[in-house]
Amino acid sequence: MTRFSSKVFLISGGARGLGEAQARRLVAEGAQVVIGDVLEDVGRQLAAELGAACVFQLLDVTSESQWSEAVAQAERFGPLNGLVNNAGVYTPMTLLETDSAQFERHTRINQLGTFLGMRAAVPAFVRSGGGAIVNMSSTVALRSAPNSIAYTATKWAVRGMTKAAALELADRNIRVNSVHPGPIDTDMLSVRTREENLRRVQQVPMKRLGTKEEIAGLVLFLLSDESRYMTGSEVAMDGGAAL
Amino acid sequence: MDRFTDRVFLISGGARGLGEAQARRLVAEGGQVVIGDVLVEQGRRLAAELGPACAFHHLDVTSESQWNEAVAAAERIGKLHGLVNNAGIFEPLPMMETDAANFERHTGINQLGTFLGMRAVVPAFERTGGGSIVNISSTAGLRAAPTAFAYTATKWAVRGMTKAAALELAAKNIRVNSVHPGPINTDMLGVRNAEENRLRTQRVPMKRFGTKEEIAGLVLFLLGDESRYMTGSEVAMDGGISL
Repeated sequence: MTRFSSKVFLISGGARGLGEAQARRLVAEGAQVVIGDVLEDVGRQLAAELGAACVFQLLDVTSESQWSEAVAQAERFGPLNGLVNNAGVYTPMTLLETDSAQFERHTRINQLGTFLGMRAAVPAFVRSGGGAIVNMSSTVALRSAPNSIAYTATKWAVRGMTKAAALELADRNIRVNSVHPGPIDTDMLSVRTREENLRRVQQVPMKRLGTKEEIAGLVLFLLSDESRYMTGSEVAMDGGAAL
Repeated sequence: MDRFTDRVFLISGGARGLGEAQARRLVAEGGQVVIGDVLVEQGRRLAAELGPACAFHHLDVTSESQWNEAVAAAERIGKLHGLVNNAGIFEPLPMMETDAANFERHTGINQLGTFLGMRAVVPAFERTGGGSIVNISSTAGLRAAPTAFAYTATKWAVRGMTKAAALELAAKNIRVNSVHPGPINTDMLGVRNAEENRLRTQRVPMKRFGTKEEIAGLVLFLLGDESRYMTGSEVAMDGGISL
């Protein structure tokens, strides 16, 4: 009997990166996981590798109907216990370089997507008697980073929505917390040059990038009963980058 | 092999309340613990109950020499891996009723005590090759508590010192994080009357007080390797009361 035995989780952006690491850990600790993603090939491959405890579901987080289908898919496993909103885009640009299209692409995926995910999961959590939502924000929502105005805006919004949702959902036994990773060694960093990433590492007090497995450890803590008195909290795991 | 096997921890204010719950969990998970406290009888009784993995040491946190002795006692057991600064007082008074003596009692124990604790363990952590410090702040360190002026001041100071120390100690592989409990069912609440505590409960979005065991779960997460990329973070576990 492990801490997630017979529990069911829905992970957006679960095909790779942070979401992938969370899905692996959850399955390893006894859970059943639906990974939602727009990356079909990668997602199906991961689900096949993780076996019967994991299924892939096509999920464009800006689509309400796809969220409903993903939640229904999860409930075929059993009562839904948790949601992680990982899906996000990061295209760093300065304020003056950012056009409306870039801005709206970030708000739709990072912000609207997180909102729709929370809204879709709540009825299922009510049926389960409660649940835990973890929203992936960023260290840039604690202390702004240069040259990523649209990303920064949406991650502050995720931080704020987490608190608003936590207040609203506390009486339904639904907890909502945000995680604020610093620079993590995933594909997302490849939009910056090697030189830029090296410089970024030097700005981190711990002088290294984090790993997706480290973030997964924190996410699992927030999904588990160990954190049952936590809601509306914002937890940085960033090697001190926000200091 | 538990997660704290062969690891040594020093817990200030370890004779009762939050510190007691942490000591119990650490010992249950294989850790060896020195509990420091001014409450000699209660501390000795707890140490006796927890067996050879736990020793009591008299510790007035405002005394540098007693901190040094407590660290030496911990190092007689083995390499020191963690410190939790729990020791604190809560004598709530509005600003205009707070006199200099009340103010300095809070700054002495809650603030100077935390500073001296961090300073005392750093050389021991260097001998170990690193370590983790958890400072117990409060939701009063996130959002001011009414009519507890001096307490609020010191808990904001603990939050700030945590970040300053995290920046300074990252290069030595020493992590420093703060925990911000909401109202927790301990003797500390005895200073308010039953009616005040009932009203307080109603202001908590989760509509209940937390338990010292819940706070211990978070403290152990921060002491353990799962949080190895976290430093300078402030983690609220408060049922949403700081929202």
